Amino acid sequence: MSATVVGQSSAKPSEPKNYLNADHTLKSWLLSVDHKRIGVMYLIAVTFFFFIGSIAAAMIRYELTSPKGILLSSEVYNKTFSAHGILMVFQFLVVVVPAVLGNFLIPIMIGARDMAYPRLNLLSLYMFITGGFLILTSFVLGGVDAGWTFYVPLSTISETQISLCLVGIFITGFSSIFTAVNFIGTIHKMRAPGMTWYRLPLFIWSHYATAIVVILGTPVVAITLFLVVVERGFGFGIFSPELGGDPVLFQHLFWFYSHPAVYIMILPAFGIISEIISCFSRRPIFGYRFVAYSSLSIAFLGFLVWGHHMFLSSQSVLQGIIFSLISFILAVPSAVKVFNWTLTMVKGSVHFSTPMLYALGFMGLFVIGGLTGLYLASVDTDVHLTGTYFIVAHFHYVMVGGTILAYLGGIHFWWPKMFGRTYSEFWGRLSAMIIFIGFNLTFFPQFMVGYLGMPRRYHYYYFAPEWQFYHLLSTAGSTVLGFGFLLPALYLTYSLFKGKKAGPNPWNAKGLEWEYTSSPPITENFTQPILVTDSVYDYNPAEDSKMYEVDEEATVEDMNK
Amino acid sequence: MSHSHTKETDGPEVYFQYEDIEQQQETYLVGMWSFLVTEVMFFGALFLIYTLYRWKFHDDFYLVHEQLNWKMGGLNTLILLTSSFTVALAVHFAQKGNTKLQMRCLFATILCAFGFLAVKTFEYGAKIDHNLLPNHHFQYGHVEGEEEHHVESKWDKMLPSVLQVEKKEQHGNPQRARLFFSIYFTMTGLHGLHVIIGIICFTALMILIKIKSSLITDYVPTEMVGLYWHFVDLVWIFLYPLYYLIPK
Repeated sequence: MSATVVGQSSAKPSEPKNYLNADHTLKSWLLSVDHKRIGVMYLIAVTFFFFIGSIAAAMIRYELTSPKGILLSSEVYNKTFSAHGILMVFQFLVVVVPAVLGNFLIPIMIGARDMAYPRLNLLSLYMFITGGFLILTSFVLGGVDAGWTFYVPLSTISETQISLCLVGIFITGFSSIFTAVNFIGTIHKMRAPGMTWYRLPLFIWSHYATAIVVILGTPVVAITLFLVVVERGFGFGIFSPELGGDPVLFQHLFWFYSHPAVYIMILPAFGIISEIISCFSRRPIFGYRFVAYSSLSIAFLGFLVWGHHMFLSSQSVLQGIIFSLISFILAVPSAVKVFNWTLTMVKGSVHFSTPMLYALGFMGLFVIGGLTGLYLASVDTDVHLTGTYFIVAHFHYVMVGGTILAYLGGIHFWWPKMFGRTYSEFWGRLSAMIIFIGFNLTFFPQFMVGYLGMPRRYHYYYFAPEWQFYHLLSTAGSTVLGFGFLLPALYLTYSLFKGKKAGPNPWNAKGLEWEYTSSPPITENFTQPILVTDSVYDYNPAEDSKMYEVDEEATVEDMNK
Repeated sequence: MSHSHTKETDGPEVYFQYEDIEQQQETYLVGMWSFLVTEVMFFGALFLIYTLYRWKFHDDFYLVHEQLNWKMGGLNTLILLTSSFTVALAVHFAQKGNTKLQMRCLFATILCAFGFLAVKTFEYGAKIDHNLLPNHHFQYGHVEGEEEHHVESKWDKMLPSVLQVEKKEQHGNPQRARLFFSIYFTMTGLHGLHVIIGIICFTALMILIKIKSSLITDYVPTEMVGLYWHFVDLVWIFLYPLYYLIPK
């Protein structure tokens, strides 16, 4: 990106100060309103919740290695997969990319000193942690057995800790609403002079679309889950069939949020992939405006397809057909993105660095996840496939293969910027390969066993012991996958202490965060005000020779000339 | 371009992340309106539930709504409209820099909010005495072996005669009545919660102005709380006719 620094170059000598070493006290972290520190604290928090959720996943996979079940009773199994779903959806996938990378990068990418509302940002972090703490407390006090969807009337009559858990989810929901309000205010009003909408990085467009989905969708699920708490706590009957209430209405309201929620999870991932593909192909993104507008159209259409979760409920066939049709149309903007990423690589100078490996893995897995989604969007195939492991495999391909791979790619891409250190490229590439193989081994057999009829949420399949083969493959794969997730945790942590100094722009990438800040950035992000004069992705495949050059001497002053 | 730390010579202080006061004020209002969009969706789901059930059980809803005291609801509408006026005045005086009148208007708004809650207390109290709180004690309509269903409530008797309405027989399906009161108590209760949050916000705002806190640099905080209050008022403007004035 070309931009100039406005005003005289200051006479001050370059300061080694950055946001990490600006202040070392614990208080300076816990009460920090610096978006970068908040992003790092989110990184720690979501990793913690991911770890707990993974333990639940491991228990599920272990249980399913035998047709008769090994470890868990039916009741405990219900609580285990509920815990896995609740933690992974509400405490990990929905927040992970916006809260960690979005928080850290959005102000820097648009040339601002901080978020629009820094104190609100800190508040949303603590609401997120409070919500997560309440959810974990509800698990410790006995667990929740209604799944992450909390369908009534099961969730109103269940005698487990559902109320407490729902209050936790409610608070986490408002945390993500506040983050979204912050993003909207920041992107609308905090852009540096010259940073017009069409000069914004696609990462920003994705997060803007996500924020819109969050502020429109999250309050609806918040009130819906709140009504379940009201029914349980006060004995009211809003969805209660014996009073004439409609339990399917709960499903409508729930999926009105929870289908757009999958776009809350995947849209920020799209943003990461656009940045990585462009950087490591050394080419400007192909069809910038199409990619940008496809984010917005996904956000819009995402609100019109919730009924495809309910083909087997009491909704009419006509409704089913309409929802099915719109779901098919929704595949178009997603495909636009994948085609544009592919065309970005054409005639580019593609480098298979760690972030790029994750991005390529993302594209492959997202295509499989997306295309199998069409099987489920079609009413008649869905009747056969819904409620089976096919659906489990489908959404894990999109959520794990999509969001988590993109998140890991983004973390590897911006790690040098966040902490000023490079990690071992060898271990990075190795773990990307291990995760890719482990992931496919885990979830591809689930497509097959689901097609054969294995129902989800069952902890045994003694009626069809021949399915054990697929379950064993899946469990073996999940072991590899778990190992693959552990590796980055180890070598990234190692790099914090022993990694080579990264320099401001180790990838020779474009964008304000690479070209105009040091690594790690200073607390105010930029030494001087920024004036943007040209578009974002002015990569040139011919001049990629300096790709891996890590210039230890480089300072912000040098870059600013 | 002025840098963040350079304080404007006169006029309010600008927070470090903004370039100038204009950007700060606009950004605050963008954030507040985004939050209000959230609130609209929050209540929107409830209005949707109400609409579907009233459409499905229109006759029962009509019969049950006669149990509500439309005069009390009307009084509350009047109170909230007054408070919207006083809060608009408060913003006006804040913009003019007349802190004294601004504080008086804010105080009047808080009084109105408490007035609203007081009226609501009378209404809720009477409903609870009549066993119309839709939990397992809920009782509606004619009971076997009883001549006439008649429970007195002290909350009704304390009302001045202008505000009392003629007692209506409890007609209609008791199950639907419980559904009606479930939504009624949820929506008005949630609205009441928003009124309480409003009181907290106004009180905090007044204290911060009183102690000349650095958090209040200009009129924008008053305007933001004001916007919130107008929203709370607006929700009631919809709740009142939908619950108290159902046509035949």
